[in-house]
Amino acid sequence: MRRLGPFLLEPRLSPPRSVVFGVSILAVVVALLAAAPVFLGYGLSPWQAYAKIGRGIFGSWPSFSEVLRRATPLILCGVGLTLAFRAQFWNIGAEGQLLAGAVAATGVALFLPVPEGLRLPLMFLFGFLAGAIWGLIPAFLRVKLGVNDVISTLMMNYVMGYIVEWLVHGPWKGPTMRGFAYTDAFPLSARLSYLPGTRVHWLTLFLGVVLAAAVAFLLARTRLGYEIRVVGQNPDAGRYAGINFAVVLSLVMIISGGLAGLAGVGEVAGIHWRLRSPAQVSMNYGYTAIIVAWLARGSPVASIFTALLFGLIFAAGDYMKTTLGLPFQITGVFNGLMLFFLIGFDILMFWRVRIAQREKVWTSQIGS
Amino acid sequence: MVGSAQKGPAPTARPTLVSLRHITKRFPGVLANDQVDFEVRPGEVHALLGENGAGKTTLMNILYGLYRPDAGEIWVKGKKVEIRSPRDAITLGVGMVHQHFKLVLPHTVAENVALGLKGTPFFAPARAVAQRIRELSERYGLPVDPERRVWELSAGEQQRVEILKALIRGAEVLILDEPTSVLTPQEAQELFKVLLRMKEEGHGIIFISHKLDEVLSVADRITVMRRGKVVGTVSARETSKEELARMMVGREVVFRLTKAACKPGEEALLVQDLYARNDRGLLALKGVSFGICRGEILGIAGIAGNGQRELVEVLTGLRRAERGKVLLLGRDVTNRSPRFLSDLGCAHVPEERIRMGIVPGLSVEENLILKKHHRPPFCRWLFLEPRAIRAFAQRAVEEYAIMTPSLRTPAKLLSGGNIQRLILARELSGRPAVVVAAHPTYGLDVGATEQIRQLLLRQREEGAAVLLVSEDLEEIMELSDRIAVMFRGEIMGIVPAGEATLEELGLMMAGEKRVGAKG
Repeated sequence: MRRLGPFLLEPRLSPPRSVVFGVSILAVVVALLAAAPVFLGYGLSPWQAYAKIGRGIFGSWPSFSEVLRRATPLILCGVGLTLAFRAQFWNIGAEGQLLAGAVAATGVALFLPVPEGLRLPLMFLFGFLAGAIWGLIPAFLRVKLGVNDVISTLMMNYVMGYIVEWLVHGPWKGPTMRGFAYTDAFPLSARLSYLPGTRVHWLTLFLGVVLAAAVAFLLARTRLGYEIRVVGQNPDAGRYAGINFAVVLSLVMIISGGLAGLAGVGEVAGIHWRLRSPAQVSMNYGYTAIIVAWLARGSPVASIFTALLFGLIFAAGDYMKTTLGLPFQITGVFNGLMLFFLIGFDILMFWRVRIAQREKVWTSQIGS
Repeated sequence: MVGSAQKGPAPTARPTLVSLRHITKRFPGVLANDQVDFEVRPGEVHALLGENGAGKTTLMNILYGLYRPDAGEIWVKGKKVEIRSPRDAITLGVGMVHQHFKLVLPHTVAENVALGLKGTPFFAPARAVAQRIRELSERYGLPVDPERRVWELSAGEQQRVEILKALIRGAEVLILDEPTSVLTPQEAQELFKVLLRMKEEGHGIIFISHKLDEVLSVADRITVMRRGKVVGTVSARETSKEELARMMVGREVVFRLTKAACKPGEEALLVQDLYARNDRGLLALKGVSFGICRGEILGIAGIAGNGQRELVEVLTGLRRAERGKVLLLGRDVTNRSPRFLSDLGCAHVPEERIRMGIVPGLSVEENLILKKHHRPPFCRWLFLEPRAIRAFAQRAVEEYAIMTPSLRTPAKLLSGGNIQRLILARELSGRPAVVVAAHPTYGLDVGATEQIRQLLLRQREEGAAVLLVSEDLEEIMELSDRIAVMFRGEIMGIVPAGEATLEELGLMMAGEKRVGAKG
């Protein structure tokens, strides 16, 4: 037990689910409260702003569908990241893996002579593979050379970002685009169809939900999933049990990177129909997915719901830009605050906080 | 027996040095100290005896200012005091030698002693204390060279430095926490002589231990703790091992395990001229050779850090051998993977059971299939078989009496004894040919220790070859059929357990004796 000022902190060995859920909700609410001054800075009442945003987004199916559209890449990336995080591999590289998938899909869409009916399946296949390869490189570096995974995955994002820039300004620049830094538009056979009246490319969304369930099954009921959990929680026990860390990590990063790659396919084949500058293709989905996976506490199925929450924030960002005249970057403020409070509130999960009885308080006493 | 503390000489004649009264300390979920009374007088060794988790160390940490009591009083030399930090304790004349020494290894003895010592000059502090060190080591029989660097010293010498540190700070009461755990029997005898000298000089010594024999030989009074409470204080002269054990455990304890005669079978494990390096790249095994037959226990005795850990790791595939051969059931398995060895029937009870033996966050049933999770019946093709896992876990929990709320409880919530039972249940299932057990009873209570020793003996009777690594010489002598002693990466000799004496083993552990025939 520790004392901190007037509080008593009591460690909790394994927090019950209700506490995890409650603390997560609390963190989100506090983050929203902490964002209130931003609205005040623009001369808006935060309460009215939140109310307006709520009405705007939940008011009609087409505007609500924007939440689903934004959540789609977040689900795919987020599910992949939960898997990597469960193996204690800090994959910060979903952004680059997503872009790798987008690049591969564009290559198939524009340059590969294949039958029209095969084009989309091949785009998804190659997108998955490209993301997987981009994820495997840091895994390989970690296993062979002990390179820190946070740094290497993060740096790989910049590398892929510049590759995309180079492609759209250079070799893949569309001759019909009159000088814009785009590739040519995809043929119709390389475009995903929408749910009626929306821009939700339903196939990618469907893939995300199905794969979330598949990854949950993988973790709980397969040999690989078991080994991932062992290695992630106690690498020494993994070694002791004869689990090959390099193999497990490679498979994890193939799936994790591959799922992010699929998200990239969905964005270029569903939204843009072309490859363009990285900031437009991805809008930092790969980074936001880190928060999605964190908030889901490593549960692939829960990441569907946390992805929807962040889809909502993105949709709200769009709405604020068009209706309230706020810059879209405000979504970054929201995301940052949420991650901040989520990590900060972890202490409430692992420590039970009580007010100390007055007569027992010693001055400045922190014992353990 | 409880009252004998009051029967001593009148307080005016020999005032208590330190008296702890009604000390209570609560940690989340446990009452570590419950109304504990304890005192030490000048010129006595007062042993504090109890199993791990009985609250001995907590009580001493309170006296040394590391913890604050929730209730109770501390009196030093007739005055009520508050001890807020070790600094307060030192000022009041209380010194402590921790189980794990707190020394700066690259520094010299004198520099370590001078560190934080009041009244040392700013420049060349070590030179100023060197003379004091020589005086004190002369007076108490603590030979140690102030100029030597601490990393060059043996564990026994390092302990002397710790004692000197306390004495030079004017300690009248010295707390020794499990002081013999790092010593050879001879070094322990040396320590006891020093304690005798200190007694004569009027110091009070608190001797924490869970070893009955040494407590009986060194202490004047013995206070036994169990589950945070004082069971009683007895005079060492008027008590017996049996009585102390009963007080410690709360029931009768059998000291002699029934052990069938050794019927060695074919050779299951053969090690030939093994060389391996430790984590720092230094040679830790230098030509180790031995063999173990089915139905036999080979004990490896030695002070920690003489290559036992590296030996176990090489045998279980966790460390590469640089030279030499390991043959398992006649098959060359040198440098094969842990999984290969485990599948072939080499079980491993690891030294650090929580760091390596379990995955703390996974459930009891999931921990029970670790190492076997990749094979039928627990895994078919790529999928786990929850029903087979559950059935196996159910049986294991019953057979090995693992106390757990449910099969789905995270393993980290189990007690140390239950974690070790879980590991043994897992490792001993499926009739292993060789069992490598490293410190299998370290830190366990008497009851669990007894049970785990029985399990190892049963493995031997069922025809497994058992390699038992332990620092507990009594355990080695009780369980083994033959005893090998390791010193600085070499085997000093292998002797039949029936013929081995503590003295001989001690000399071998200190590297002073070699017994001819190797292997």
